[in-house]
Amino acid sequence: MTALGVLGGALQAVLVVVGSPLLVGLMRQVRARMEGRAGAGVGQPWRDLRKLLGKQPITPRGTSELFRVAPVLLVAMTLVVAVVAPFVSTASALPPVADLIVVVALLAHGTVVLALAGLDTGTAFGGMGASRETTILALVEPTALMAIFALSVPVGSTALPAIVGSGLQDPARVLSPASLLAAVALLLVVVAETGRLPVDNPSTHLELTMVHEAMVLEYAGPDLALVELGSAMRLSVYLGLLANLFLPWGIATEAGVLALALGVLALVVKVAVLGAALAFAEVFLAKVRLFRVPELLAGSFLLALLAVTAAYFPA
Amino acid sequence: MLKLWRTIRRIGRVAEPAPPAPAELRPALAPRPAGSIQVRHVDAGSCNGCEVEIGSAFGPVYDAERYGARLVASPRHADALLVTGPVTRNMAEPLRRTHDAVPEPGLVVAVGDCARNCGVFAQAYGVVGAVGDVVPVDLEVPGCPPRPEVIVEALRTLTGR
Repeated sequence: MTALGVLGGALQAVLVVVGSPLLVGLMRQVRARMEGRAGAGVGQPWRDLRKLLGKQPITPRGTSELFRVAPVLLVAMTLVVAVVAPFVSTASALPPVADLIVVVALLAHGTVVLALAGLDTGTAFGGMGASRETTILALVEPTALMAIFALSVPVGSTALPAIVGSGLQDPARVLSPASLLAAVALLLVVVAETGRLPVDNPSTHLELTMVHEAMVLEYAGPDLALVELGSAMRLSVYLGLLANLFLPWGIATEAGVLALALGVLALVVKVAVLGAALAFAEVFLAKVRLFRVPELLAGSFLLALLAVTAAYFPA
Repeated sequence: MLKLWRTIRRIGRVAEPAPPAPAELRPALAPRPAGSIQVRHVDAGSCNGCEVEIGSAFGPVYDAERYGARLVASPRHADALLVTGPVTRNMAEPLRRTHDAVPEPGLVVAVGDCARNCGVFAQAYGVVGAVGDVVPVDLEVPGCPPRPEVIVEALRTLTGR
């Protein structure tokens, strides 16, 4: 544990919590402008959250403790990743936790508790959403691990700070075939895991096509606020990982005000540009049929597998 | 895809300029702090004329979302119910249950003349009554069907934007 790690970790936590609803707002605004709308403004998700936090919490009849703790667990596990993973600085507040397997497992667990909470409500849509989400999760996790493995092979370590640090020292590696293949595979993972088009449509209200939203239909008030904040945080954590694994420049390597400020600025710019690009691309996409999603994810797994194979042949 | 991009570039912004904010006072029960409202639409037996107008109120031209209103998929997520049509016998109980599922204070907006006073369906054999006879109504939107501007104005009264 170093001063840089602790400082960076605290900064990252604040940045992810405050910034992720703004990221969602930015993405909605980009889509609104592309659709010819005026848009509600970047701050709208925060206005929604602020209102939801002041509302009456509802516990549906027949639900257990799991339903109540799931939103807290989702936010907590995402927050741990936000603190330890290398977003602002290459040093980690808790180096053993900043391991790629731990980080992927923590993010997957967020989905799992939400799926369990969806089952807990006992409603038809809760169970349907949970089954769909776990199907996608089961197909996505191997790809996520494989894609990051491809990056860890040349470094010889599964620690995320080491992978990001080596990318800084050896910029040519970013353009290697292994890295490019892994980037495409990981991008598909991010799209599937955060419920964006073409896997899930975040603005749909048609129950039969929902994946993520079907699980959380029974949440109200502060619980719903936590679920929405958690989902937004997952999106920014995934985009932040994607940005720093493949474009690590700007990240702070020493504890200084200037270095940390540059790290924060670089992260904000990278995640905002990635998010805006994702929202821009979504306007041109239609949701694929649910039964076609495994084919899409199998394709991304193949790319990840090729990336790992290519990583063993140094250019 | 290139064709779609050209269309987007050619058409640009279709949202009409925002009219001045409505002068009506916000209902005391409207969610605080202001600036955001989630609505759940309930069709209690409407002819679908009002649905078409609600659809265009949330479409690109009138863009009700820019004032912080959003249609949601579950009454649990909602602050207000947008109820259309006279309440038919089969929809009276579902409407009551939906109103119970909305967190306190669940506002009800009666959209269209049928929802306000049964309109042309008054005294029909399948109709229980107006929305106000089944659940308490906080705001009424007149018209058969109401114009999207009027629906947007009612939503703005609730969001306060």
